[in-house]
Amino acid sequence: MIYREAGQFKTSYRQDAAIFPILQDRIAIWFYLFVAFIVIPTFGSDFFINSMMIPFLIFAMASIGLNVLTGYTGQISLGTGAFMGVGAYACYKLTTYFPETNIIILVLLSGFFAAGIGMIFGLPSLRIKGFYLVVTTLAAQFFLEWCFIRVPWLYNYNASGAIEVPQREAFGLIVTGPSASPSVRYLVVLSIVVFLTWIVSNLIHGRIGRTWMMIRDMDIAAELIGVRPLYAKLSAFAVSSYVAGVAGAMLVFFWLGAAEVESFDVNHSFLILFMVIIGGLGSLVGSFLGAAFIWMLPIIIRAVPKMTGLDINASTVEQLNFMIIGALIIVFLIIEPHGLARLWAIAKQKLRIWPFPH
Amino acid sequence: MDLLYNIFIDPFAQMAATPDFLLQVLWEGFVTGTLYALIALGYVLIFKASGVFNFAQGIMVVFAALSLVGFYEAGVPAYLALIMALGVMGVMAIGVERLVLRHMVNQPEIILFMATIGLSYFLIGAGELIFGGETKSMITQELGLPTGSTVVDVAGGIVILQHIDVAAAVIAAILVAALAFFFSKTRIGRALRAVADDHQAALSVGISLNQIWAVVWFAAGIVALATGIMWGARSDVSFALQIVALKALPVLILGGFTSIPGAIIGGLIIGVGEKIFEVYWGGLLGGGVEGWFAYVIALIFLLFRPQGLFGEKIIERI
Amino acid sequence: MFKKIATGAVIAATALTMQTASVSAQETLFVPSLSYRTGPFAGNGIPIANGFADYFTMINERDGGIGGLKVVVEECETGYNAQKGVECYEATKGKGALVYNPYSTGITLQLIPKTPVDKIPVLSMGYGLSAAAIGEKFPWVFNYPATYWDQMSSIIKYIDGQEGGIKGKKVGFIYLDVGYGKEPIPLLDQLAEEMGFEVVKFPVGVKEMQNQSSHWLNVRKEKPDWMIMWGFGAMNATAIKEAAKIRYPLDHFIGNWWAGAHADLEPVGEAGKGYISANMAKAGTDMPAVQDILKYVVDAGKSQVSDRSEVGKVLYNRGMLNAVVVAEAIRIAQEMTGKTAITGEDMRIGLENMDLSDERLKELGLEGFTVPIKATCENHGSGGPIFMHQWNGSDFERISDLIPPMTDRVRAMLEEAADKYIADKPGWQTQDCG
Repeated sequence: MIYREAGQFKTSYRQDAAIFPILQDRIAIWFYLFVAFIVIPTFGSDFFINSMMIPFLIFAMASIGLNVLTGYTGQISLGTGAFMGVGAYACYKLTTYFPETNIIILVLLSGFFAAGIGMIFGLPSLRIKGFYLVVTTLAAQFFLEWCFIRVPWLYNYNASGAIEVPQREAFGLIVTGPSASPSVRYLVVLSIVVFLTWIVSNLIHGRIGRTWMMIRDMDIAAELIGVRPLYAKLSAFAVSSYVAGVAGAMLVFFWLGAAEVESFDVNHSFLILFMVIIGGLGSLVGSFLGAAFIWMLPIIIRAVPKMTGLDINASTVEQLNFMIIGALIIVFLIIEPHGLARLWAIAKQKLRIWPFPH
Repeated sequence: MDLLYNIFIDPFAQMAATPDFLLQVLWEGFVTGTLYALIALGYVLIFKASGVFNFAQGIMVVFAALSLVGFYEAGVPAYLALIMALGVMGVMAIGVERLVLRHMVNQPEIILFMATIGLSYFLIGAGELIFGGETKSMITQELGLPTGSTVVDVAGGIVILQHIDVAAAVIAAILVAALAFFFSKTRIGRALRAVADDHQAALSVGISLNQIWAVVWFAAGIVALATGIMWGARSDVSFALQIVALKALPVLILGGFTSIPGAIIGGLIIGVGEKIFEVYWGGLLGGGVEGWFAYVIALIFLLFRPQGLFGEKIIERI
Repeated sequence: MFKKIATGAVIAATALTMQTASVSAQETLFVPSLSYRTGPFAGNGIPIANGFADYFTMINERDGGIGGLKVVVEECETGYNAQKGVECYEATKGKGALVYNPYSTGITLQLIPKTPVDKIPVLSMGYGLSAAAIGEKFPWVFNYPATYWDQMSSIIKYIDGQEGGIKGKKVGFIYLDVGYGKEPIPLLDQLAEEMGFEVVKFPVGVKEMQNQSSHWLNVRKEKPDWMIMWGFGAMNATAIKEAAKIRYPLDHFIGNWWAGAHADLEPVGEAGKGYISANMAKAGTDMPAVQDILKYVVDAGKSQVSDRSEVGKVLYNRGMLNAVVVAEAIRIAQEMTGKTAITGEDMRIGLENMDLSDERLKELGLEGFTVPIKATCENHGSGGPIFMHQWNGSDFERISDLIPPMTDRVRAMLEEAADKYIADKPGWQTQDCG
């Protein structure tokens, strides 16, 4: 009834090609931003912001990165964790050398290092496809993990081998380190995520994004009509790794505060691939939905026994957690292989004709 | 100059100086390679018949070994426990086919791949819930597997052969031979190869895909149990063991996803290659290169043969 | 269907925010336990968590708590994963947590910067950041009875004693290639230089824990006179098996105190005979307090142990020692502040004034359980001695006297490391011990 586009006429190509062609969608997006920027930092508890919202946003960012590569360009990668690590270590080195520079700029810069590394490991994709490529990106994952351990320069020769985030200020506020308040860190992360999502969205809807999708749909055909696979694939690797790298830098600087190689291991690559698949391949909304689903679900499951007063051991809950998540993933893939994004679209479609379905 | 010497001359000088040690390294590489090949075999069986890249193979190894030890600890005699563990793998195979694969026909490969990761999460949770997270020791002696070792004098030194390693190599060989026989001589094996060639053609001549899938998952389960026993005897049975399965992935790309001989030869190349590299060259890079070196070997091969050594030739059409 | 899911998620999320926002205000002593009963290190995590929980259950049952208040132990499952550990920390800190015992060096490193902000101390008992022993620089962190560096120096001292001079010998160091395993390397390198022995390092990646044959081939190539291991979880059993396989003399193979528990050696059995490891707390049940645990907790069915024989094993007693120290700190804090419902800040005072002497241990019914632990404002590491025990094929036997660390050497290095740690942290809270 409310969500209806009757009476909204498009009078120019610009309007027709808009990302949110329907007025209600535009209102909704402003509403979401209002909630995200004002309501949550004002009313959310520390735990909610620190352990749910910040990691959710960071993983959503990383999922967007992987979605560019897997969802839009059709190259499956299991190296996302390591590319996030490259961003994190690059940012750590940058802030060591330039302690005075605004940390937010450094976080955005560190993505370029990840992009460079990503392009190098993207080279085999020109020749190798499908699951063979998956295993190739695993090579990147394990090689980079090894570098994070074996190259002490990367972590400033710390005895523990971990990178510890120094305290940095931006705009007169402490934004990193333990003294930074969760709301400030949350707002910084949110701003970066919104900004980069906007950029990626424009890239996808532009010329370059269309070449990616052509490569995904059929690479030989795309090549025949003039798309250069070298540029298309490598640019996809670059953009994807850039976004993942920024997500990795945010992961360490605005969430964890200190990190070892463990924070960038292959399990994270899987986690993010999950988010992308559950959210929906080739959908930006899906990246957010998938990240929310995969990240928040275990936390909610863990909280259930406490809320209902059931007396179950923490370890049993964790084991059940694994089983439930595993089963849910399978069920999800069976019911809706196109992910939450498709459910979202169906819900919107239903809403459009509600309350008078055909 | 020093670096060049360390890379090109010193390792070979070392090999020549202590040939017994080189033999030991080769033997260790051979044994590890056999075990890698066994894990890779599990992947190949399933991929060949159903096009599923079964990520859960690693946890299946752990799960099979845990059931075996679990039954034994519950008071079941060792051999009966072995049969019961096989039964568990059989039930699992049927369960996977009924509950998962049957509903996912015609899905893209990546969705099936993801489903197997979901399956592995499920099995991790279930395994820890049922058997507990404690490290368990494999019932090597109870199963009649040899322990102890023999020292062989060769080339002016000694090579230590663990009996369990010899047994592992023999059992792996028997298993491969049995599988080869099964595939080429039995009715169901031939049906399986038909399915591997073309799902629809196989369906149209009256082969039941569902049955075939259950059979290959069971076969992969048997392989997983064998791997679990062997690897469990070398170290012990814990959930960390599933990580070892990741080592089989480079073997897989090296040998090709669809080739059984590929898995075996790939396993041996990687097993021997990584041991030699780690022992003679690893020190130059600070050690611990094993984690990625296998992938590098595989990658080099792959750049020349994108379908792996024995994989089916990729034909691209528009 | 989607709507239902969405509404459900929203309700659950709101409920969660509400629930964590309302801090439970009832009078208890809340001690979170970051345990790992799942994951690749569960074999070590389970006995520790059991020992920790059972001691407090026993205190609650027998004495009605500490100072009349019940101790509430809430387990939060970390799986030895730093990220989950931080999540556990965030989830429990608002409930009035008194102290955190992370049982993982990785999690400890994450929590250390948060301690002064949230005013909750961290007790990393015999693990974590060695430099945190410098109390002036790390007011909120405690790592007695001894740091990794103390322990390493004691082990070197032991070798020195056995060999009649370690000079000119070759010592192999095999370690789990994470923060934990790398922690003692600076000290080891320094000692090697000063005492004139050679060090060869064998890093074992987490992925290679159960696949160590090439590491031990390297050991066979290098032929070190002694091997020292900083291992954990499944790595230990595999290393000992591989060592036996290459016929390395196991009585020249020394593990640190995380590489010498029943959980590690039982899977190896007879083959591990002769293996030596360091320890800080006595194994066994022949102490009145442990008997009380058996009586009030295990036999009453209030414990999670799978079998009665688990009580008294090395790691169970380690977890129990941790609980003893925490309980003692609570008591001291209550005495010094005069209130029973203490806070994290009070707890810090209790931990800093820790004095677990032999007499006090006897009062607690734990005579000879551990070496005396004494902390001061300057020294949060106690720097206590350790002892060696040896596996005889079925159980551990103590084989050495107490070996004190080389405090003079270690302390200077710790100071240096502590300065380095806080150098790039403006506004780091230190304390004046004047």
